[in-house]
Amino acid sequence: MGLRCKDIVSIRDLGKEEIQLVLELAKDYVDVAKGHKNSDNLKGTILSALFIEPSTRTRLSFESAINRLGGKYLDISGPEGSSLVKGESLADTIRMAACYSDIIVLRHPQEGAARMASLFSEKPVINAGDGAGQHPTQTLLDLFTIQEACGSIEGKEIVLMGDLKYGRTVHSLSFALALFGAKVSFLAPPELQMPEEVVDHLGDIGVKPRVFTKIDDIIPEADILYVTRIQKERFPDENEYLRVAESYQITLETLTNAKKDMKILHPLPRNLEIHPDVDSTDHALYFKQAFNGVPVRMALLKLLSEVEK
Amino acid sequence: MREFKVTPIRNGTVIDHIDRGQAINVLRILRISELQESIVSVAMNVPTGDLKKKDIVKIEDRELEDMELDKIALIAPNATINIIRNFNVDVKHKVTVPEELVEVLKCTNNNCIANKEDPVKEPVPHKSILLSRDPIRVKCYYCEREIRDLSKNLL
Repeated sequence: MGLRCKDIVSIRDLGKEEIQLVLELAKDYVDVAKGHKNSDNLKGTILSALFIEPSTRTRLSFESAINRLGGKYLDISGPEGSSLVKGESLADTIRMAACYSDIIVLRHPQEGAARMASLFSEKPVINAGDGAGQHPTQTLLDLFTIQEACGSIEGKEIVLMGDLKYGRTVHSLSFALALFGAKVSFLAPPELQMPEEVVDHLGDIGVKPRVFTKIDDIIPEADILYVTRIQKERFPDENEYLRVAESYQITLETLTNAKKDMKILHPLPRNLEIHPDVDSTDHALYFKQAFNGVPVRMALLKLLSEVEK
Repeated sequence: MREFKVTPIRNGTVIDHIDRGQAINVLRILRISELQESIVSVAMNVPTGDLKKKDIVKIEDRELEDMELDKIALIAPNATINIIRNFNVDVKHKVTVPEELVEVLKCTNNNCIANKEDPVKEPVPHKSILLSRDPIRVKCYYCEREIRDLSKNLL
């Protein structure tokens, strides 16, 4: 079995079985991603990476993934690196990239950009983040990391914490976790709780997450604590931001009631929400999580290279 | 005093049972001002007999297609369409919202790619997808955000 879909714009483009297929193959690529094993699985494949908006982890991990599998990488960074600055439409830029490469990865500041791009490319398009919209490869690597840490996702208590209102990763992650039978809880200040739309959608698939505002009320039960960045620009004034950010900070003290094997994930970059002291504890899994972006993206590229669009 | 009433039409389309106050939006959806040259009559606040009121639109000498009529269901889900031929109702049609709507609703997300204008507009139409029929809920095909307040966001 391979992937049925050609474009990965939203995590909902993949069924549960297809997600499992990506996660299984990603396991095989961990040693290649670490450089312990060589592979030429994508020899002859050219990837166009159009990063119209800045990115560190996503861009580097895609580049690392294609290079380690023997493929080539064409790179456009920022609108100034392309004819977009001359007033070319994104549609035309995508048509060109499709002429020169086999798979297109797009990060764009506007929501819906990747879905539109997929209409203009006969080659697979992977959404690497469209504004505040979707970021499906982040969801895949989050699932991979949780599965690796917990053995399975089903039945695990997974707490999504921080900015649940605007954080794009938590919207698609909550959907995917529900699909895999996890118990999902939301922990956020009232003004940054999960949007009604996402809660309604989870309801449609029969999942009712629990909602918390205080860390202590849920931390003892958590198997995974998925922390997201609380952004300063979401608050009318700095004092209000600092008040919220400090009350939602994970420190060694916050973790005293946590299960010993509870793991903390974060899509990064972080600000104040995880104190650096936590980095050296067994709870910290966020750097491993960032590494996992490489084998997961390798698996996705390999499977997409086999799909006829 | 001479009583004004909406008279029957010989040929054309009568859109009846439009929710009160929505007749103007029905004309907008059907782009009547751009496309229609023959007589169009609009009746608003017409008593229905059960203490309620409705709007009616009559378009002479034009038979509207099912596809365009179904768009009306977005704002007037109870509307009925009568195709009139030689003063008789020849076809009666109940509106249903189509699964996909092209160039009917504008995405309300300013940062959606379909609303991009600068430096160039992308060559794609506004497109929305039906999420549910009761209540009617619609999302943007591109950014997947739900479009609320449908009558205010008609193109």
